[in-house]
Amino acid sequence: MSGHDHDEDAIALRVEALESLLAEKGLVDPAAVDEVIRHYEEDVGPMNGARVVARAWLDPAYKARLLADGTAAVAELGYAGREGAHVRVVENQPGVHNVVVCSLCSCYPWSLLGLPPSWYKSPAYRSRVVREPRAVLAEMGLDLSPSVEIRVWDSSAEVRYLVLPERPPGTDGLSEEELAALVSRDAMIGVARG
Amino acid sequence: MNGIHDMGGLHGFGRVEVEANEPVFHTRWEARVFGMVQSLPGGNIDAGRHSLERLDPVAYLRNGYYGRWLAAMERSLIAFGVVTEDDIRARMRGRRRRSKAIRPVRNESSTAWQREPVASYARQVDRPPLFRGGQAVRTRNHQPAGHTRLPAYARCRRGTIVSVHPAMVYPDDHAHGRGENPQYLYTVRFDGRELWGGSAEPSTVVHLDLFEPYLEPA
Repeated sequence: MSGHDHDEDAIALRVEALESLLAEKGLVDPAAVDEVIRHYEEDVGPMNGARVVARAWLDPAYKARLLADGTAAVAELGYAGREGAHVRVVENQPGVHNVVVCSLCSCYPWSLLGLPPSWYKSPAYRSRVVREPRAVLAEMGLDLSPSVEIRVWDSSAEVRYLVLPERPPGTDGLSEEELAALVSRDAMIGVARG
Repeated sequence: MNGIHDMGGLHGFGRVEVEANEPVFHTRWEARVFGMVQSLPGGNIDAGRHSLERLDPVAYLRNGYYGRWLAAMERSLIAFGVVTEDDIRARMRGRRRRSKAIRPVRNESSTAWQREPVASYARQVDRPPLFRGGQAVRTRNHQPAGHTRLPAYARCRRGTIVSVHPAMVYPDDHAHGRGENPQYLYTVRFDGRELWGGSAEPSTVVHLDLFEPYLEPA
């Protein structure tokens, strides 16, 4: 996207007009809009989910709580927020791989991963990953053996899903921070291994 | 409603295109739309989703994610009489005459927007759930003209209950101003072959979170 073509300019102008009308009516405070944007650009993002994963890798008791009641366990680390009222964490294991989608809109665990990437919201991902997850994952670079069961979680209500990836081999002795740095957003959606 | 938003299982959308190092927002207007929608009072997530679903199907596909948010927000504001199309156009003409509109200055210590406590969707009801974990169920042929969270691909399909959740706000009613009418929610597992027949990939299952009225005993 150029961001500078005619349509984009017209939309930008329309949005600006709308915001100024709503500000005049007292329905929107531009400073509040700034703060929302800052929050989602800076405070929330995959680093939150990565810390949850790293903690679960290090602390078996935390992992047990996380899998039993994701909502309460992520709240322990302070990660409560919009699109995170009900959290379920699903665990990858040898022979089982999990992947998350929302085929009806683009539901996503904002409080743990931030706002979703464009591909997650695309018609291609939403339409295909429920029907042919193996093919979609392979296209995205994750080739799974046919013996691995793929479990797709289509977020059709207010439960938001986070994948707990398998801890990579050779990471003994790493700190929580070092482990968190190994966890990608895509692994927590389920389209990558690590 | 049977609309373009209900994309699960559709063919023809091609490869999943991944943008490397994607920013949170691609343009300023996307960020402003997101921020406005989040800070506007009186949000109802179910009504909001339904207004996205009711966009013209061509616009739904063409506008992209935040374009849809913008169109749905405008539709609601106009429907509630907050603004008119003429107001918006007049304001656009006024803005265009000024060379560059003054951007709101970010106030780093702003407390204008406070993160609200997270609102749970769970509700107490005085009846037990109809189904239990491990039970075989079948989805009903439920296809209302209004909002629903039962995707078309999972209608009239056999599955197994894997989790019984508390009762939660029922989107099919809440989206239409008919109150919360809480219903038990279940995570239901469907075998790929049950959903996709002979075209299913081997060893794949799909889980959906489905409300009790969508289900009947198998």
